[in-house]
Amino acid sequence: MSINGKAYIAGVYEHPTRKAVDKSLAQLHAESALGALADAGLSKNDVDGYFCAGDVPGLGALSMVDYMGLNLRHMDTTESGGSSYVMHVGHAAEAIAMGKCSVALITLAGRPRAEGMATGTAPRNYGSTSPDVAFEFPFGPTVVNMYAMCAMRHMHEYGTTSEQLAWIKVAASHHAQHNEHAMLRNVVTVEEVVNSPMISDPLHRLDCCVISDGGGAIIVTSPEIAKSLNRPLVKVLGVGESPKGQMGGKVDLTYSGAVRSGATAFEEAKVKPADMKYASIYDSFTITVLMQLEDLGFCEKGKGGAFVSDGNLIAGVGKLPFNTDGGGLCNNHPANRGGLTKVVEAVRQLRGEAHPAVQVANCDLALAHGTGGSLGTRHGSGTVIMERE
Amino acid sequence: MAEQRTFPSPEADPDTEAFWAAAKEGKLMLGSCKSCGEKHYYPRGMCPHCGSSDVELTQASGKGEIYSWSVLRRAQPPYAIAYVTLEEGPTMMTNIIEADLDGLAIGQKVELKFSPTEDADGAPVPTFKPA
Repeated sequence: MSINGKAYIAGVYEHPTRKAVDKSLAQLHAESALGALADAGLSKNDVDGYFCAGDVPGLGALSMVDYMGLNLRHMDTTESGGSSYVMHVGHAAEAIAMGKCSVALITLAGRPRAEGMATGTAPRNYGSTSPDVAFEFPFGPTVVNMYAMCAMRHMHEYGTTSEQLAWIKVAASHHAQHNEHAMLRNVVTVEEVVNSPMISDPLHRLDCCVISDGGGAIIVTSPEIAKSLNRPLVKVLGVGESPKGQMGGKVDLTYSGAVRSGATAFEEAKVKPADMKYASIYDSFTITVLMQLEDLGFCEKGKGGAFVSDGNLIAGVGKLPFNTDGGGLCNNHPANRGGLTKVVEAVRQLRGEAHPAVQVANCDLALAHGTGGSLGTRHGSGTVIMERE
Repeated sequence: MAEQRTFPSPEADPDTEAFWAAAKEGKLMLGSCKSCGEKHYYPRGMCPHCGSSDVELTQASGKGEIYSWSVLRRAQPPYAIAYVTLEEGPTMMTNIIEADLDGLAIGQKVELKFSPTEDADGAPVPTFKPA
């Protein structure tokens, strides 16, 4: 049993706000939902399945379902941080294939900027019932120093350099200059990245993503409904998900759950990394991209530094255009969760609706990948492969 | 030598109170499985390797080496978080203390030194200093 060809992405929406002091969290979710429904040509009364993660207000999906007045027969609150929404696409496809729903809505929203959250540099604590907290929180794990330890180990094992990591930010900035909504639109150089202030060795300020408010939504439908709509057809070919943690003390920071989620998705999709015309890769930090590219099989393990160098990720220049909206590094990282916008830009590319300056010619196969939680401790990886029909 | 940050006190629960009681005596304990013989960290009520609940605490030597590290320069004061691989095998999250923060390296030998935490009755936490 496979979900290959059993579901289509019919609508996507990225909320244009980057600082939402004048909107509530529920409002951002709802505006995103309405945006994606309008994009698909559907109304909220067509929705019979709802998928959300821990960024929604209230108990699981219940408050948002009530707020939007949804009449559902299926819901799923899978929570895996920023990768949740990539997994939701897979779960929606599975539910549709099983006949549990036919129009699935996925939403994301958050206001970390309006709330003044120290997203990357304040230690995170998931509560004292979390079994790892007592063994970690006293030592000050933050988002940035956890990813920094991955980068440090990668450099040690494979000789990866700060200049190579910088190329990832340079590529994102080349794309962001064309996105009117992007937070950072200035094209930067490798020198500017490596000379920006050190935040947590070896990651510099420009190795880190933006902090932004915003949201987004995705509509996944059955093939019958997708084909009844007046939109380009984006078919879900394969999905994969995998958690990875500290394995009882057998810590290995050199690879991510993408090793497994990617292999699963490629097998189901019956395609290979070299077939991809475009890739959306979660870019909380430059190192996140580099490790995921290796783990997804776009290059050999340890060769990510060479792979991303010299503009290889820049649309129109390199072999694998990535994050052509500017990604989390330059455009948007709503709710500190970047997975949903990764799917959105991949769908734009497949539809031919990306900005003309970054649109990949004949983009018929694309991948979106997310990492949620922390690469340095425990995380969930989600991969989805899509095809324009 | 860098100024030292203050450590929040760990909260013990029924699963971990023996670990933190040992910490108050200056002992770093590992989870040890009587079924498969493997060590694990952090200690818990089941072996994450084989699934057995026949586990006990055994004392670690306190010797290890840095697996990875990072100095959070934006913190006041800056501090070095690290994963240290113990000579018994498991790798654990910790801080490197009493060290030149610009002189840390992967593979560097370190040794256990418990650090006091902010609550008067809080258990100390296992930190490491250059050996």
